[in-house]
Amino acid sequence: MGLKQNLHNFKEKNKDKKWLPGFNALFTFLYTPNETTHNGTHIKAADDLKRTMNTVIMALVPCLVFGMFNAGYQHYLAQGLIDSADGFLGASFWTWDNFVIGLWKVLPLVAVSYGVGLAVEFVFAIIKGHEVEEGYLVTGMLVPLIVPVDIPLWMLSVAVIFGVVIGKEVFGGTGMNILNPALTIRAFLFFAYPTWMSGDKVWVHGAVERDAAIAAGENLDAISGETLLGYYAKAGQELTVAGTDTVTTYGARAEELYSYADMFWGIIPGSVGETSKFLIVIGALFLIFTKIGSWRIMLSTVIGALVMGLIFNGVVDAGWIGESSKFYGLMSVPFWQHLIIGSILFGAVYMATDPVTASQTNKGKWIYGFLIGFISIMIRVFNPAYPEGVFLAILLMNVFAPTIDHYVVQGNVKKRMKRLKAKVA
Amino acid sequence: MGKDSRLILDPLTDNNPITIQVLGICSALAITAELEASIVMSISVLFVMGVGNVVISLMRNIIPSKIRIIAQLIVVATLVIIVDLVLKAFAYELSKTLSVFVGLIITNCIIMGRFEAFALGNGPWRSFLDGIGNALGYGIILVIVGFFRELLGSGTLLGIQVLGDPIEKTGLYSIGYENNGFMLLSPMALIVVGIIIWIQRTRNKDLIED
Repeated sequence: MGLKQNLHNFKEKNKDKKWLPGFNALFTFLYTPNETTHNGTHIKAADDLKRTMNTVIMALVPCLVFGMFNAGYQHYLAQGLIDSADGFLGASFWTWDNFVIGLWKVLPLVAVSYGVGLAVEFVFAIIKGHEVEEGYLVTGMLVPLIVPVDIPLWMLSVAVIFGVVIGKEVFGGTGMNILNPALTIRAFLFFAYPTWMSGDKVWVHGAVERDAAIAAGENLDAISGETLLGYYAKAGQELTVAGTDTVTTYGARAEELYSYADMFWGIIPGSVGETSKFLIVIGALFLIFTKIGSWRIMLSTVIGALVMGLIFNGVVDAGWIGESSKFYGLMSVPFWQHLIIGSILFGAVYMATDPVTASQTNKGKWIYGFLIGFISIMIRVFNPAYPEGVFLAILLMNVFAPTIDHYVVQGNVKKRMKRLKAKVA
Repeated sequence: MGKDSRLILDPLTDNNPITIQVLGICSALAITAELEASIVMSISVLFVMGVGNVVISLMRNIIPSKIRIIAQLIVVATLVIIVDLVLKAFAYELSKTLSVFVGLIITNCIIMGRFEAFALGNGPWRSFLDGIGNALGYGIILVIVGFFRELLGSGTLLGIQVLGDPIEKTGLYSIGYENNGFMLLSPMALIVVGIIIWIQRTRNKDLIED
């Protein structure tokens, strides 16, 4: 009968061995097992956990590939070896060289994320004697997309172990976690190694080494690898353009360097997978079309972000805040532009919609999403240390999601009780 | 004698004030970023609990039960002020690190808990053992947490750089290791205590509450 039968026999022979769940995981990865359920009610549905996860991964692949090109492009652009690509189809963007550098930097992130994460899952499956849960498949893909390209691999491994164990396994594994594991991993990295998660040295590959070389006296153009949020956060401050004597401000420099089109297509520095708003929107449509992601959460997050942006714009227009304020830069960004700088869209589409940690009720989803967008922009503007708040906002709302659901359900119960009483009376 | 020795041994393991009764958590979170502070805090609590339990036990028959909490507070406050003044006199830098938390020993739930639950109903010798036992149980967790937080957060132990010099890049730092800043923040103390609780209850299933 070939390999499958042999594997099946092997499994039967070792039924009570401790490591069997580990073997089972690999086995079911390759084949559908022979066993069928014999008693009780059961529903045969095609969209099991594995297929759901695979759909999300498919939606993420364009972001990953684009992230590879962008990593190489930003690297070469910073070194002054290529010209700025003009728009999405610019000649200097989709080049083999860019892709090779990106592949070289990003593939290890993916490998470490999956390798370490799945190893932890296997260990816990064996300890608990359960089947291995597929929960890590999406997390493992999300993690490389939300970290800076130059993050040391050992830090990523430590963070993945922490995120999977403390963020998920202590609560009982996939489906029981309160916090989104991928964001737990990012939060751990951010608080543990802040110098590798923010600032102007980490978003472009090679910036740290280059900086060291310049400090050592080599004659290289100093590069600035700020993200756009970094620029806007310091909009009023003076900046000497690297390699020249031109003095300008951060805000003006950002406008000079990046057009709105650049921000939309995603050829800007940032975490690996979150820069291209275009591909995120494509991914969002795919998830909505396949009914995997909740459009309510995505839409309400965007609305929440826009409302907060409008409030800040209103504050600036009303003149309540002066140009000298350190919040002026990010507050005066046009409200709609908040969607194309930073990672609010990526968070809304791939993170906030995580079915385990989000609100379950439809009304709850609207509230949950709205508050994520609202708080994200608020943290983005007011956070003194780090000009982005999407991951913090989503983690915060993860904690509150069950509370929101509770009140939505209670409200519904009350409404029905009232209706019932009215009928009886 | 076996009964008396359990007074000391029980709080160290299966009836630990922090991991089982979940008392005294605030100070465990606040001052465990450095091992030295943890040790000094443990010794302070050891002194206050040992002496306090004996004093309360000796006075147990003359304290009217209606005002016993006030009486206990006066005893513990007196002892804490002694500790605070001694620290200020002989270890000023350290007392600045511990700052308000020495004063807050007064409100440490373990101390009031042992006064109420044990010293008011037992003789001085047994009360003394009980106080020492619970203070040791509290201290051992503080030292474990402090050890890991200082080692992983600052790369030092008692102020000595055991992993190498992060600025000169020697030792572990020469191969790219970096200190984990998260360890120095209070939430990580909570997580470390949580992990200790987790390990303890995995080893002894009887401790798991429903």
